Amino acid sequence: MAFYVVQFLTGLASAASLFLVASGLSIIFGVTRIVNFAHGAFYMIGAYIAFTLTERLSGAFGFWGSIVLAAIAVALIGVLVEMVLLRRIYHAPELFQLLATFGLTLMVEDLVVLIWGPDDLVGRRAPGFRGAIDFFGQNIPSYDLFLIGLSPVVLGILWLLFQRTRWGVLVRAATQDRDMVAALGVNQKWLFTSVFAVGVFLAALGGALQIPRDAVHHAMDLRIIVEVFVVVVIGGLGSIVGAFVAAVLVSELNAFGILIFPKISIILVFLVMAVVLIVRPWGLFGKPEAPARKTPGLTVNPWRPLTSNERLAALAALVIAATLPLFAGNYLLTVGSEIAIFVIFAVSLHFLMSVGGLASFGHAAYFGLGAYGVAFLAKMAGLPMIVCLLLGPLLGCMGAAVFGFFAVQLSGVYFAMLTLAFAQIVWSIAFQWVSVTGGDNGILGVWPEKWAASPSNFYWLALGVAALVTVALRAMVFSPFGYALRATRDSLLRTEAIGINAKRIQWTAFVIAGTTAGIGGALFAYLKGSVFPDNLGISLSVDALVMVLLGGVETVSGAVIGAIVYKALNIWLVSQTDLSKLVLGGFIMLIVVVFPKGIVGMLEMLAQRRKKASPPGSPLLAKPIESAE
Amino acid sequence: MKLTVEGLNSHYGPAHILFDIGFEVGEGEVVALLGRNGAGKSTTFRSIVGLVAQRTGRIMFEGKDVSLRPTHEIVREGLGYVPEERRIFTDLTVEENLEVGRQPKRPNAPHWTREKLFALFPNLGEMKNRPGGRMSGGEQQMLTIARTLMGNPSLVMLDEPSEGLSPKIVEQMVDAILTMKKEGVSIVVSEQNLHFARLISDRAYIIERGRVCFGGTMAELDARPDIRDAHLSL
Repeated sequence: MAFYVVQFLTGLASAASLFLVASGLSIIFGVTRIVNFAHGAFYMIGAYIAFTLTERLSGAFGFWGSIVLAAIAVALIGVLVEMVLLRRIYHAPELFQLLATFGLTLMVEDLVVLIWGPDDLVGRRAPGFRGAIDFFGQNIPSYDLFLIGLSPVVLGILWLLFQRTRWGVLVRAATQDRDMVAALGVNQKWLFTSVFAVGVFLAALGGALQIPRDAVHHAMDLRIIVEVFVVVVIGGLGSIVGAFVAAVLVSELNAFGILIFPKISIILVFLVMAVVLIVRPWGLFGKPEAPARKTPGLTVNPWRPLTSNERLAALAALVIAATLPLFAGNYLLTVGSEIAIFVIFAVSLHFLMSVGGLASFGHAAYFGLGAYGVAFLAKMAGLPMIVCLLLGPLLGCMGAAVFGFFAVQLSGVYFAMLTLAFAQIVWSIAFQWVSVTGGDNGILGVWPEKWAASPSNFYWLALGVAALVTVALRAMVFSPFGYALRATRDSLLRTEAIGINAKRIQWTAFVIAGTTAGIGGALFAYLKGSVFPDNLGISLSVDALVMVLLGGVETVSGAVIGAIVYKALNIWLVSQTDLSKLVLGGFIMLIVVVFPKGIVGMLEMLAQRRKKASPPGSPLLAKPIESAE
Repeated sequence: MKLTVEGLNSHYGPAHILFDIGFEVGEGEVVALLGRNGAGKSTTFRSIVGLVAQRTGRIMFEGKDVSLRPTHEIVREGLGYVPEERRIFTDLTVEENLEVGRQPKRPNAPHWTREKLFALFPNLGEMKNRPGGRMSGGEQQMLTIARTLMGNPSLVMLDEPSEGLSPKIVEQMVDAILTMKKEGVSIVVSEQNLHFARLISDRAYIIERGRVCFGGTMAELDARPDIRDAHLSL
């Protein structure tokens, strides 16, 4: 019995940091409508700075002073980020906001390693809370008890701040109607900046308070952000009480989940999240949102099928691509195969995101499931390659069917967070369930059969499949199903009103996109000869998003160009620098802020401009990115 | 002149909404902007207060050019705006709604306090702690006006204050507007209801399809039934 009580208290203590970070995320979202992906990064910087300060400053005051000082310092960094980056993208579609803050996260990960090194850092114990308390033979660290006491205090302070101060009243008013607040003479800019500072302060405090419990390391940002997304999805985005309750719930589920499913403890959290989503899609304490803002779909040029000339041009490009083995060496062919595979991946996400308006932040899950599907079939069942290639993607299909069912119940940022959380769950299973997946060591020796083994043959295979997939998905865009899907993207309510089952359409699109990604993953397993949990990781999901974005979200064929350019750049970049995340992160922010239409979008715009010879300063050029509100 | 609008053009995306709108409001005057639904009255107000991004033209308020200033700065100059559809903060109580509107005293405008506003709108005083979402339409309309007055404006733009209200509440609204006028606040009011406008206004402009097509005193408007009938649905 005592053991369970201790386990319960450990869960409560873990909830403290989770609550701090999640409440910060919620507050920021409430006012600015930005889901700050970089919140995990601020949490991590808080921990690192607190680590350095506690090493330098001595004594009891030194420790606690360092914790607070670290949080303040990070809040100031947050202010800088808000003024330089976020102010430019408040009116951009959600996808751009998520991507820009993700780019920031990537940069922080590399910067942190540059400054503090790659090793885990073990922080000092908190003065006055070094020992443990004996509870019927079980030890409870006294610092845990401190944390357990802290979260209700923070909750109380936040409540007072929001209910009893003018600032709090303004923030709550702005949460509901930003323009009206401005129309009453309140400077929104500073209100937003101050809200962001408070939110970041909470995240950094959460990180700083972790150092006596956990080692500080450079991957703690993604771990916490995924948990925080789960917390806000369960608790309801924008609700501080919801963040508190859900943080406790998730931490307890983790604490006891380890006892029930030691290998895949995260399953329990997933089950609870699924139930909450079915019963209350907007979270336990959230409020139903008005239909979400349009994601990327503000199409300036109506989409049309290719003209016959354009078809010929596309065919010519394919033929030219097919001649690569005639003059290129093995390395180039392997790169070519990889690019072809990523075209499949990017095209599948494009279908979901640009055609369906559902920006998934966890699309790699289905890519990776396809790869694992092949590995299982080839290694365990010993099936021939063709069969594996045909059946392997079915694992991606099934994953997409299950997760997609829940994901399409939501839209906008909720959809993005949920897909990310699902992908991370799949990743954890691949990582933790060592007996089946090989864990971190992956599954090795998935080699193609003789007929496809030579680099040129494999290249032709990948290129052929990529071409087929692209044509098939493109045909679907201009099919009745494609029209229905685009209708759900442009207006869910109107689509329902003309008798289309919108959720069913979206779910179908999700499954199609997931299966297609699985096809890419299946080929990828054979290309690399192995499968690892990274094949389902967040960074791969974001790679896909950047490819689509780079090509142009609003175009039909941008994903192909985006995948080719991005993958080629990426492979080159990794060979050139160790700081690829830093460069990549900066690159993502640059596209979002300066170049939001992507390559193909820009080209189309130029072509249209030439056709129309529109006067200088036309609205197309004048406004960088604006939502169609 | 208190407020002068010249050559105001506004766009929503590719759509051109306002065409060279121009009108004037004198010190202490009540001016009505009349016109049918969708004529451009609300867009005119939103443009003046800086809530429409794509706008050109000159807006002079108390001798200062405020055309290019951000919304909150325009409002802080003393140009109050009461939107249509009320836009009450439904989660906030009456007192909190008023708090959002509070701005410092201004030398050239009457100073409004909670007490003074509760005297002007007695209903509000009886429900200080009620959330805005649980009030009737009339009470919400009073609250939006009171909320804007908390900013001590010297000119208030009222967007369709009588819309959807019962005759009894409309009467109270007329009294409230006349009290504001007596206190020295200049007022621009947009209306579809000519009878309501007549009760409070000194002068009127008629807006039709984004253009001003008449401007004059109420007596001049009454002398031109042709214009009245062509542009206003009675």
